[in-house]
Amino acid sequence: MRQFLLFISIIVVGLIFISRLFYLQVYNSEAHSLFDDNAIRKVYDYPERGFVYDRNGKLLVANQPSYDVMVIPREVEPLDTLEFCALLKINKDQFIDKYNKARHYSPRLPSVFVSHLSKEDYAVLQEKMRKFHGFYIQKRSLRSYETNIGANVLGDLGEVNNRTIEKHPYYKMGDLIGKQGIEASYENTLRGVKGIKFIQKDRFNRNIGPYKNGEYDTIPEPGKDITITIDETLQAYGEILMKNKRGGVIAIEPATGEILAMVAAPTYDPNLLVGRDRSKNFTKLYNDSIAKPLFNRSLQGVYEPGSPFKLMNALIGLQEGVISPSDIVTCYRGYHYGNRFMKCHCAYGTRNNLVAGIQHSCNAYFATVYRKILDRNGNASEGIDAWSHHAKSFGLGEFLNNDLYVGQKGRIPDREYYKFAYPKTFYSTYTISNAIGQGEVATTPIQLANMAAAIANRGHYFTPHIIKHIENETLPDQFTKPKHTSIDKAHFEPVIEGMLQVYRRGTAASLQVKDIDICGKTGTVENFTVVDSVKMQLTDHSIFLAFAPKDNPKIAISVFVENGYWGSRYAGKIASLMIEKYIKGYITRTDLEDFVLKHSLEDEYEKPYSGKPFSINRGAVYQVVDDKEYASLKEKVKKLENANKLED
Amino acid sequence: MARETNRHFKFDWITILLFFFLVGFGWLNILSASHTGSSLNYFDISQPFGKQIIFISISIILIILLLAIDAKFYERFASVIYLISMLSLVGLFIFGKNVNGATSWYSFGSFTIQPSEFAKFATALAVAKFVSDLNTNLNTFKDQIKVFAIIITPAILVLLQNDTGSTIVYGAFFFVLYREGLPKHYLNIGVSLILIAILSLKFGAIITSIIAILVALGFHFLSKKKTRIHYTVLVLIAAIAVSFSIKLFYNNILQPHQKDRISLWLRLEKDPIKLHKMKKTFAYNLNESEKAIGSGGLTGKGFMQGTRTTGKFVPEQHTDYIFSTVGEEWGFLGSSMVVIAFVLLLLRILHLAELQKSQFSRIYGYSVAAIIFIHFLINIGMVMGLIPTIGIPLPMFSFGGSGLLSFTFLIFIFVKLDSNRINEW
Repeated sequence: MRQFLLFISIIVVGLIFISRLFYLQVYNSEAHSLFDDNAIRKVYDYPERGFVYDRNGKLLVANQPSYDVMVIPREVEPLDTLEFCALLKINKDQFIDKYNKARHYSPRLPSVFVSHLSKEDYAVLQEKMRKFHGFYIQKRSLRSYETNIGANVLGDLGEVNNRTIEKHPYYKMGDLIGKQGIEASYENTLRGVKGIKFIQKDRFNRNIGPYKNGEYDTIPEPGKDITITIDETLQAYGEILMKNKRGGVIAIEPATGEILAMVAAPTYDPNLLVGRDRSKNFTKLYNDSIAKPLFNRSLQGVYEPGSPFKLMNALIGLQEGVISPSDIVTCYRGYHYGNRFMKCHCAYGTRNNLVAGIQHSCNAYFATVYRKILDRNGNASEGIDAWSHHAKSFGLGEFLNNDLYVGQKGRIPDREYYKFAYPKTFYSTYTISNAIGQGEVATTPIQLANMAAAIANRGHYFTPHIIKHIENETLPDQFTKPKHTSIDKAHFEPVIEGMLQVYRRGTAASLQVKDIDICGKTGTVENFTVVDSVKMQLTDHSIFLAFAPKDNPKIAISVFVENGYWGSRYAGKIASLMIEKYIKGYITRTDLEDFVLKHSLEDEYEKPYSGKPFSINRGAVYQVVDDKEYASLKEKVKKLENANKLED
Repeated sequence: MARETNRHFKFDWITILLFFFLVGFGWLNILSASHTGSSLNYFDISQPFGKQIIFISISIILIILLLAIDAKFYERFASVIYLISMLSLVGLFIFGKNVNGATSWYSFGSFTIQPSEFAKFATALAVAKFVSDLNTNLNTFKDQIKVFAIIITPAILVLLQNDTGSTIVYGAFFFVLYREGLPKHYLNIGVSLILIAILSLKFGAIITSIIAILVALGFHFLSKKKTRIHYTVLVLIAAIAVSFSIKLFYNNILQPHQKDRISLWLRLEKDPIKLHKMKKTFAYNLNESEKAIGSGGLTGKGFMQGTRTTGKFVPEQHTDYIFSTVGEEWGFLGSSMVVIAFVLLLLRILHLAELQKSQFSRIYGYSVAAIIFIHFLINIGMVMGLIPTIGIPLPMFSFGGSGLLSFTFLIFIFVKLDSNRINEW
């Protein structure tokens, strides 16, 4: 037996060693990745982000260098905190706070310690950086806005959050990513691909040379420049006109679906969200929960469209064959249905055909049309499905699926929708408000602008989009192939004639612009709000839809002005002005311009929050802005004109 | 003449091949662990890998010499060799050079010699010579004392030079003596002492005493052999006394760094600040070497491709921690292969030793296997974190001339003895 002791010991030890090796190397080993190897330092080389130009080649967004101080907590060694804090312009508490935060995130991954150093601070700090182990300076590129308009279009960059890093490992702590607008929707195009260098470290954390002579290093791929469809002048002009109002304006080029202007009011200067003050300013904007400057009303604002939707009902009526353009409906200052009554502005006994119905925005006429559509087969449920199908073919009630970062579906009700409200019986009279674009119908400004474009094109539209050109790329089919509505081309002419008459003799007769045949439609929509769980009615929204010129239209536009009272009071004026600005390049209707610049709706918006009883509509008074504000707006308009002249 | 030509084929080629495999593979890893920069001159003797080439060359010359000398020489001159070796150890106290706190080097210009390495084979020869003597009977107390003296003398000398690692190696002779008839109670006492020490450090003296009582009573009543009750009680009292005094030994006799190593190994230290400090100091090597081995994965990162090796994350990697390079660059497959090569070499030597007709050759062969086994056990065990940190080289693998030559002596004297066994009739 004695000779086996050593023999067995050797075999047992051999087996234990192999099991231990198996445990360390196979069972317990994470897949070997250079990114997890702390013997290899990863140095990122950030490419320059692509520039953004407007449709006329004007530079809107460029870059500026910025310097972040990064920390890898595990590698920090005792340092002269006082000196370090003084260099970074922070105090000791902030230092400890930031350090602990970084340590909490990860002791071995880099975190941002102080972001966006100024060039002067950077110059001083760089000299002394070698004294502070575990800290280094990362150069990044920040946005520099060459303009102070279009915040809602351009969007902004912010640091990636942990959730994004988990989902997209491309991003590392402290990287910038598009948060809103085109910065977000064209993130991958603008961003490029950052380069990476793998550097072999030794145990003292010194660089001893490239890992494998740089075999795995990549060079950064620069971001691509993009051209957007926005016309900077028109956008700027829209923003000036919408100052002191709330709402959205969208202008589209009908022949291409390109968005010429996308105004959301109130808005802010995009420069506010750049650099060291970004988070402070962002919080301020974010916390304004009443005016909501970060809320893109032109894309996300869901409003009942009101009278402009009558155009849709006219088109559906013609397509379904329930009316002909010459059919007459007599208006008795309103429309009786059952024992109920819908008011109208027409004089008692007015006889309206299609064109006159549109021209005077006759409620009785469209109530009649709507009922005829729904009751065509004697089954209102089938009728509303057909009606809904036609409306949706204009891109209403669904997402547009375009390249804008946010959007809303709006609402076009159908049989399914009403099943809950009316499970047993369903008659056309139940939903008669849809006839005049109220009730259950809801659209966003961009959807309504798209509808205007589809009418302007006599039956087709291109998905509204913001991208005009990307370096070395062609636009996707989705933006270049026309989408056809379910309405035959022939049915558009009488409706367009009606819209022309709106300008010639109808509700927008006061808004005519010389030499331009504008086709439009006013809208006035009742609306309600809830403040402290009390529902109250507010002054009506002012809505307008138009395109021009009548033949070969160049621009289709929708304007929503919250609580603007009636269609031509604000929205119509703004639409006319923008059309003139875009087509002529200058303004002849300066009277309209002055009116819009001079008047503010801020008092109107204050009403529900004042806590005092208030009156609406007729009770609304014209609020005139103070001279300083008026002068400043006027100044801006002047500047815009001069800039335009220079270009010509 | 026929006998002369035959002689070359009587050497055990398996042992020789395994030896050269380990030396060669070891050199590749030393190269990987010690080269710096991109330009590489294999014979650059300012670098460990260049020096090691010289050592390997010397080793080959030495092998030829060792195999040429008549086998009888080693047995005849065992005592003389032992005496010279002991004198060289004593001489260190006067002429020694201090490296890393151990005074175990003679320095000749840029080369140094570590006599404690050579004391290993000298002691093996002396033990073989003494135990194989017909007058020696390991069952007598007198001869036990004599053989212990042979072993303990070099052990104490190297301990006095602060070379704890080399001291522990002499424990290898326990296997030899046990094989040659040392009474069984030495084994029992030795194993019990180690167990009691570990248990009482980890769980405290009281729990250890209770375990000891249960085990002793179990043995007493269940064993078929009748033992007298007062014998059992005596053993128990001794066990309890040891378990209570071990803490005293631990606290007062051991040096702080030794205590730290043991407390880390047994996970005794709970204080996170102290643990962190340990990880920054002596446990740093261990931590980094475990990480390096783990990062190798199944197949390793490839020769000269280990990032932790290239970055010199493991200090002393080309000497005691050379196995972590194998782990990182050759992965589980490569490092298992090294373990298997060692096991095969050890088993081969053991097998040959058992075949020896001459008692001297058998005991010497047994000593060789036991000494290499202890190095293998402690070095690889330590690098993988299974055993407390003890500085001891990996035979044939680690950088170092004295070590390589010492193992060349150990193994090739035995190869020579083995080749001669047919002439022993």
